[in-house]
Amino acid sequence: MIKKWISRFYLALIVLFLYAPIGTLMVLSFNNSRTSVKWGGFSLKWYEKLFENKTILAALGNTLLIALLSAVIATILGTSAAIAIHHMKKRKQSICLSIANIPMLNAEIVTGIAFMLLFITAGDLLSKAGIHFEMGFGTVLIGHITFNLPYVILSVMPKLKQLNMSMYEAALDLGAGERQAFFQIVLPDIMPGVLSGFLLSFTMSLDDFVITHFVKGLGADTLSTLIYSELRKGIKPEMYALSTMMFLAVFLVLLLMNLNPHNKN
Amino acid sequence: MYKKSLSYPYLAWAAAFIIIPLLFIIYYGLTDKTGTFTLSNLAAVATAENSKALFLSLGLSLLSTAVCLLLAYPLALILSSSKIGKSGFIIFLFVLPMWMNFLLRTLAWVVLLDTNGVLDTILKAFGLPRFKIINTPAAIVFGMVYDFLPFMILPIYNVISKIDVNVVNAARDLGANSFQTLYKVIFPLSLPGVISGITMVFVPSLTTFVISTLLGGGKILLIGNVIEQEFMKGTSWHIGSGLSLVLMLFIIVSMVLTSKYDDGEGNVL
Amino acid sequence: MSNRLIDLQNITKAYDGHKVLDDLNLYFNENEFLTLLGPSGCGKTTTLRILGGFETPDEGRVIFSGQDITSLPPNKRQLNTVFQKYALFTHMNIAENIAFGLKISGKSKAYIDDKIKYALKLVNLDGYEKRMPDSLSGGQQQRIAIARAIVNEPKILLLDEPLGALDLKLRQEMQYELIRMKNELGITFIYVTHDQEEALTMSDTIVVMNQGYIQQIGTPEDIYNEPKNAFVADFIGDSNIFPGTMLEDKVVEILGNIFPCVDTGFGHNTPVDVVIRPEDVELGIPGAGTIDGVVSHLIFKGVHYEMEVTACGQEWLVQSTRMHPVGERVSIKIDPFNIQIMNKPESKDEEAVALDV
Repeated sequence: MIKKWISRFYLALIVLFLYAPIGTLMVLSFNNSRTSVKWGGFSLKWYEKLFENKTILAALGNTLLIALLSAVIATILGTSAAIAIHHMKKRKQSICLSIANIPMLNAEIVTGIAFMLLFITAGDLLSKAGIHFEMGFGTVLIGHITFNLPYVILSVMPKLKQLNMSMYEAALDLGAGERQAFFQIVLPDIMPGVLSGFLLSFTMSLDDFVITHFVKGLGADTLSTLIYSELRKGIKPEMYALSTMMFLAVFLVLLLMNLNPHNKN
Repeated sequence: MYKKSLSYPYLAWAAAFIIIPLLFIIYYGLTDKTGTFTLSNLAAVATAENSKALFLSLGLSLLSTAVCLLLAYPLALILSSSKIGKSGFIIFLFVLPMWMNFLLRTLAWVVLLDTNGVLDTILKAFGLPRFKIINTPAAIVFGMVYDFLPFMILPIYNVISKIDVNVVNAARDLGANSFQTLYKVIFPLSLPGVISGITMVFVPSLTTFVISTLLGGGKILLIGNVIEQEFMKGTSWHIGSGLSLVLMLFIIVSMVLTSKYDDGEGNVL
Repeated sequence: MSNRLIDLQNITKAYDGHKVLDDLNLYFNENEFLTLLGPSGCGKTTTLRILGGFETPDEGRVIFSGQDITSLPPNKRQLNTVFQKYALFTHMNIAENIAFGLKISGKSKAYIDDKIKYALKLVNLDGYEKRMPDSLSGGQQQRIAIARAIVNEPKILLLDEPLGALDLKLRQEMQYELIRMKNELGITFIYVTHDQEEALTMSDTIVVMNQGYIQQIGTPEDIYNEPKNAFVADFIGDSNIFPGTMLEDKVVEILGNIFPCVDTGFGHNTPVDVVIRPEDVELGIPGAGTIDGVVSHLIFKGVHYEMEVTACGQEWLVQSTRMHPVGERVSIKIDPFNIQIMNKPESKDEEAVALDV
């Protein structure tokens, strides 16, 4: 019994540790005072001001668009890669998986500067050919797709391993073409893995700062890079309001999904 | 299903955006401005300033990895043995914070830990001893632990929760007490998760420049900060790449260690 | 049982240089229950997968009703498979599972509904349309897998160890069910198993395979009573296999003793293998038979007692309804009709046997 209470207490402590900053930001978003240290009474003014702040809204737009696009593209690319890798011979498979894991295991800063060197060199070469190319939205998107790929592959691979191959063969046996068998039988079966790969990609992209920092060039600010550039002047409280809203929205969506008994997986 | 061509788009992508960028770092790291081969960029790590940053990074990241392991292992045990340990919920619990921006979350600790901050005010009100942590290396370790703890918890939890209950029962049946069972059966079996967790905390801690910027007050330089400045302040891409190569040496060592122990079971997912 | 429906000609298949099938020739008739029987790795499943179109042979041809279908993909073949672990589509309900093939071939809704009803009735699972595969027992899932295959009206149904995962009682029940279904449908069943009892119970024809070679083809009675070589004798039922010498027609020497038998045409002083089924060994009081021995083991098996008798330095397996306690001296007598003489392995086919036994 005592053991159980110690366990509970410990778990609560860790959860408190993880969520304390989130609570803090939420409280700050309702703080009437501009400085983060003093409580100046409850206010919704930062929420109002948020919708007038074009810079933040533009960064939000960029962030969401990049997250969505990079997650979609990485999911398609990664799922087909996972299927191909799954059918490779052992040796080739482990080489491919090692390469696939590089963006996840390598330091973000190294990935970031590697991209920067690539894009700047590519820009120089292309300008010699008369094509204008500089870092911006597109390069951020490429970067995000690349670091999302391993998460998709790692989510889909276990599902492929579990997949009963005779289910696919049964579909062929019953007259389905390869395409039909894949979309009607295999895909629904590995769907949980594909979906979790997608969600993970979206989340990773949303939360990324380091790689975006190196490849955004002058143009495309995401929320992360905007916050970083505001560090010296002090963070605008509108930012707290925005993150609070985003966090609560996701919290509600995930909560509903978890409560829905049909989506246990 | 078996079509080989399915892998081509990915392989092309991996070549263009994984392999080639790394080759760029190697090229820049091993040449000077005129493009001639040199090892001086690697040697740059030996300057007083840079080696201080590297050793500080190594020290702080090892410390934060150790703290994460000590915090996460018992937690993973608790989670895997309790009813709330449904994997969906666990991932929910530890991935959810990511939906609040990581810079803001880290910055919030400044509000909480600063002099006259939330914690300080509480300690003062109760007349307890106060401590100053913000803008010290300790704050950076704190931030690392905070940011990367989930990456230690999830792989260990994943491996432990997959251990067959009957293996544990067999150990008990053969006379092992609960400590012996933990030490001789569960821990060795959970090793892939532990190793994977260690890499996933150590590598980002070693290479971070954000946490030190946010919680170190801009005065404490880690190796990540040095590299970032070489690139973003336009000092020298060559030296920056050289330092990155040195950094990658540490990463590769930890990656090799992981792949040795990790049979794919210890992944975060 | 005369028309050849499908023909395997000179089929060879190797995996990583290891030959699984070597120059296999086999044909299947219309309306036949044929079983491919053998230990794991004998090539029976590969044969089935070549028939189904899931593997392409390295050499040889598959002829279906006179047409070469060797490289035809599975979805274009007029045969259907019942897979080992059922392979039901877990995200579809029973009706959707059964309708899968029919929808693909573009049948009308009314036709499909009719077929589902008919198939479920055939497998004794009326009313299960809306259930999900996970909610069914293993035996029920197996029935659905059969229903899903047969609604497409295949000429041949391929069954890959379909009863392997079921418990004994259910397995025996399903054996009778399968015979009934086959008779009702009037199509050919090609059945793969390693279980000799299953093969003996259900088949019209049994093909015994080992190490990629066909050992014997025949009716269950043929295979059991007249095994062609030591492998078949050993694999089908329990048996005593001794080295012997055919002294002349109808006289065989086993372990230094002369036994009368009924086989002829082996020549003089020819080394042979002798097979005696345990239920054919008659025990009596000492001196009453050809040789004497001592009972060394005794097990009660339900229907009969199983004993081991040591005689002439060999263990003889004996099954009898009369019990003889361990240590008792007994005589052994064998009816000449029950002594089965086989040539020693010589040919290429039988080398495989020699390796295995």
